[in-house]
Amino acid sequence: MTGNLHWVAVGQITDVPLRGARCVVTRIGKIGVFRTSDGEVYAIEDHCPHKGGPLSQGIVHDASVTCPLHNWVISLETGQVQGADEGRVKTIPVRIENDQIILGLESAQVGKAGRAA
Amino acid sequence: MQQTPKKLVVIGNGMAPGRVLERLFEAQPDAYQVTIFNAEPRVNYDRIMLSPVLSGEKAYEDIIIHNEDWYAEHRVKLHKGRRIAAIDRDAKSVTAEDGTTAAYDTLLIATGSSPFVIPVRGHDLPGVVTYRDLDDVETMLAAAKRGGRAVVIGGGLLGLEAAAGLKAQGMDVTVLHLMPTLMERQLDTAAGYLLERAIAERGIEVITKANTHAILGEDQVNGVKLDDGTEIACDLVCMAVGIKPAAQIAADAGLEIGRGIIVSDTMQTSDPDIFAVGECVEHNGMCYGLVAPLYEMAAVIADRLCGGTSEYKGSVTSAKLKVTGIDLFSAGDFAEGDDREEIVLRDATGGIYKRLVLRDDRIIGVVLYGDTADGAWFFRMLKDGTDISAMRDTLIFGQNYQGGEPLDPMAAVAALPDDAEVCGCNGVCKSRITGKITELGLTTLDDVRAHTKASASCGSCTGLVEQLMALTLGDAYNPMAVQPMCGCTDLGHDDVRRLIKAKSLKTIPAVMQELEWKTSCGCAKCRPALNYYLVCDWPDEYADDYQSRFINERAHANIQKDGTYSVVPRMWGGQTSAAELRAIADVVDKFDIPTVKVTGGQRIDMLGIKKEDLPAVWADLGKAGFVSGHAYAKGLRTVKTCVGTDWCRFGTQDSTGLGVRIEKFMWGSWTPAKVKMAVSGCPRNCAEATCKDVGVVCVDSGYEIHFAGAAGLDIKGTEILGLVKTEDEALEHIAALTQMYREQGRYLERIYKWAKRIGYDEVRRQIMDDAERRRAYYDRFVFSQKFAQVDPWAERAQDEPKPDHFAEYRPLADLSRMQEAAE
Ligand SMILES: Cc1cc2nc3c(=O)[nH]c(=O)nc-3n(C[C@H](O)[C@H](O)[C@H](O)COP(=O)(O)OP(=O)(O)OC[C@H]3O[C@@H](n4cnc5c(N)ncnc54)[C@H](O)[C@@H]3O)c2cc1C
Ligand code: SF4
Ligand code: SF4
Ligand code: FES
Repeated sequence: MTGNLHWVAVGQITDVPLRGARCVVTRIGKIGVFRTSDGEVYAIEDHCPHKGGPLSQGIVHDASVTCPLHNWVISLETGQVQGADEGRVKTIPVRIENDQIILGLESAQVGKAGRAA
Repeated sequence: MQQTPKKLVVIGNGMAPGRVLERLFEAQPDAYQVTIFNAEPRVNYDRIMLSPVLSGEKAYEDIIIHNEDWYAEHRVKLHKGRRIAAIDRDAKSVTAEDGTTAAYDTLLIATGSSPFVIPVRGHDLPGVVTYRDLDDVETMLAAAKRGGRAVVIGGGLLGLEAAAGLKAQGMDVTVLHLMPTLMERQLDTAAGYLLERAIAERGIEVITKANTHAILGEDQVNGVKLDDGTEIACDLVCMAVGIKPAAQIAADAGLEIGRGIIVSDTMQTSDPDIFAVGECVEHNGMCYGLVAPLYEMAAVIADRLCGGTSEYKGSVTSAKLKVTGIDLFSAGDFAEGDDREEIVLRDATGGIYKRLVLRDDRIIGVVLYGDTADGAWFFRMLKDGTDISAMRDTLIFGQNYQGGEPLDPMAAVAALPDDAEVCGCNGVCKSRITGKITELGLTTLDDVRAHTKASASCGSCTGLVEQLMALTLGDAYNPMAVQPMCGCTDLGHDDVRRLIKAKSLKTIPAVMQELEWKTSCGCAKCRPALNYYLVCDWPDEYADDYQSRFINERAHANIQKDGTYSVVPRMWGGQTSAAELRAIADVVDKFDIPTVKVTGGQRIDMLGIKKEDLPAVWADLGKAGFVSGHAYAKGLRTVKTCVGTDWCRFGTQDSTGLGVRIEKFMWGSWTPAKVKMAVSGCPRNCAEATCKDVGVVCVDSGYEIHFAGAAGLDIKGTEILGLVKTEDEALEHIAALTQMYREQGRYLERIYKWAKRIGYDEVRRQIMDDAERRRAYYDRFVFSQKFAQVDPWAERAQDEPKPDHFAEYRPLADLSRMQEAAE
């Protein structure tokens, strides 16, 4: 799969607040980009497996985010729902180069114009 | 026939005679008619707990041992603030300084001890205090309010507790200690350094080998000079260099005196009608400065007063440093000698030091630093003279390491005999604790403390008491009866709030570090709670952490199920105007807002706004004079009003005007949970004020203030706080009430739950009856409003918003319209 990814720079690391998130709009839905307290950057689909809550609006703690709508906790590393609830969101590969956040996106997300890196 | 009770007169009202009387009344409630003279103008309180009062972790009310009711119930005549000047043994009477006299059949002297004051130049200057009673604590607290530096002379238990307390109250603190290391009698040099480091980490400066030469100042202390010439500027000096038994009145009366008042094993002085108890006593060459021995003496005296024959044989003592976060336990004898051996365990990285002093295979001294869990176990063996030769190799590792298999601590507790003393401070034995647990059905540690006093003083026996509870209650015992805040900590909300204040914790990382959070950066439960507590407690210093707020408070709008937001502008008291309505209509058109709705709080709600549009919506609303309605906040939401005397024929006061005034005064304040208010112009109550968090019902004679109503998940009519005459008073009472709630409420706990928890009467007592306290709450509210009343919408609607604000509302990137992938 990775072979077909389009690597797209979406912003500087510092554009995302520590223990916070921003969202990236794509052609097929949003992606949440998260920065944890130790500075790691993660990207996952911005769509809670419960009822579609915008995860990028949740509270970020350790490597997880709590959904703002009904408090499900989702792992940023695996996309897996934590605790008693079940479900998973897609994770998006992230590369950091020169403090730029670069996401590995699929064609549908960026449209034809995206070029393979 | 009932005998006429004998007259027992007590001089001094400290912890020792308090215990004598408790025991006496338990055994023979009517045998004596008791009169007490106390130089201190108050009832009997737990002197040990003065340190938590000084540090702010407890209030004086929390440490009272016998309240007024207790004296009334036992028909005790307590002369507060009357010092006995003379004892006339021939006439069998005592005379106080103010001339009051009382005749006795039996006299009990319990004058305690006086702090030692080093007689250097300047020792009598204002600003030089000792550390002995509540007055001293109050003097120190008053000084701490003014800030500056305090010098504590003496680095023993008392001095270190004073230093930690003053530090917690915000002073800079220097401790002067005469010897090269702290607590040199208990700790060896290396362990002394461990302690010194822990003290220094609290921001307290320690100077050892410091001999005080003089205290400087003209009519107020302004410094301390050491023998080596060093001068330390300061605003307060606290001397904690030791105590001497208060034996003067006994000496004047011709009783036999050594260092203290000499008593025999029967606790009688050289006059058989006169007993003495407590720190003023010298028994068998020993004077004691801790409560456990005093309680042993008290038991003997109570028994003797009832005609018994018990004898006091001296005590072995243990002590614990009561500085939150530093664990230090010591007991017995640590002097070096040829006949002694020592076992020492040192773990510098873990900050642990343990030292046992042995003689003839028996423990005679224990010092534990960093990990004091085994204190009670070692101490018991010390007192019992247990032969430890069989476990010598593993002894120092503690109770759990004994035997081939780890010893079950429960089995050890179960094996304790019924009369084994569990709480040394309060002299409570095992059977008393288990008995009360069963008899009264106690299930929490606090209940057990309240009913048995076990572990209610220094707390070093808490572990043992908990084990006893587990043993007695079986599965019914839930040690977590205090609900922890969340999975990140074992502490409950109240403890966390208390420690934030007591330890001056001013950032979320500091709280998590100091209170040993189990996760690296909390969770969605504790972070918003901590953020609120810090905002509330340090309004001028704390930098709000937006990443620890729920999305609604971060975005200043209410998130809806589809991820859009709703916006509710403030309409003061529910009043609006044509211009405002027009502006709203224009915004609705311009941003294509799908739903407009009137809310229950007399506001207009615009729903379905895209997050990116929020700043622009606010900019337009701001031009029409609107500010945020905080409909998303755990804070003041709305003040609903009726039209009152403006229009209504029943109106008794200007309810709309008062509602607007309250709202303008209180908007922007953060609270543990949302706060909704209402003002009705008469008891017909059209604004529904009697189901609000705070409500006002106007009447002819003034304003009836209500609180603790609910009309949500729960339905509950309000309680009446009281009636006040003027609008100004109404405002002061409401703000004070809100501030009390702000300071005590647990995060997400509505007013009605908080008030029920602490008691409606308590709220009335503090807000209605105690004008000084009300004023203090009010002033703190006003102070915090200075920092809270900034319109968040205006800040975010600016043309050049701060980067943080910008980041909140704009996507990081929009790839949906991307033509050439930017790379
Ligand atoms: C800050 C602090 C912390 C402490 N911490 C601990 C601890 O952790 N563990 C521990 O075991 N012990 C501790 N102690 C020691 C303990 O508090 C005392 O040992 C105990 O309170 C002594 O009790 P008492 O009744 O003998 O005397 P006191 O409690 O001193 O009572 C004597 C009372 O008599 C009054 N009085 C004196 N003369 C007269 C007179 N002529 N006429 C009328 N009244 C008079 C005094 O005003 C005083 O109120 C601490 C003490 C202090 C000050
Ligand atoms: S509460 Fe009383 S004053 Fe207010 S509108 Fe109703 S009837 Fe009139
Ligand atoms: S009553 Fe329930 S559904 Fe209606 S707005 Fe309130 S929380 Fe939502
Ligand atoms: S939509 Fe995320 S928890 Fe319900």
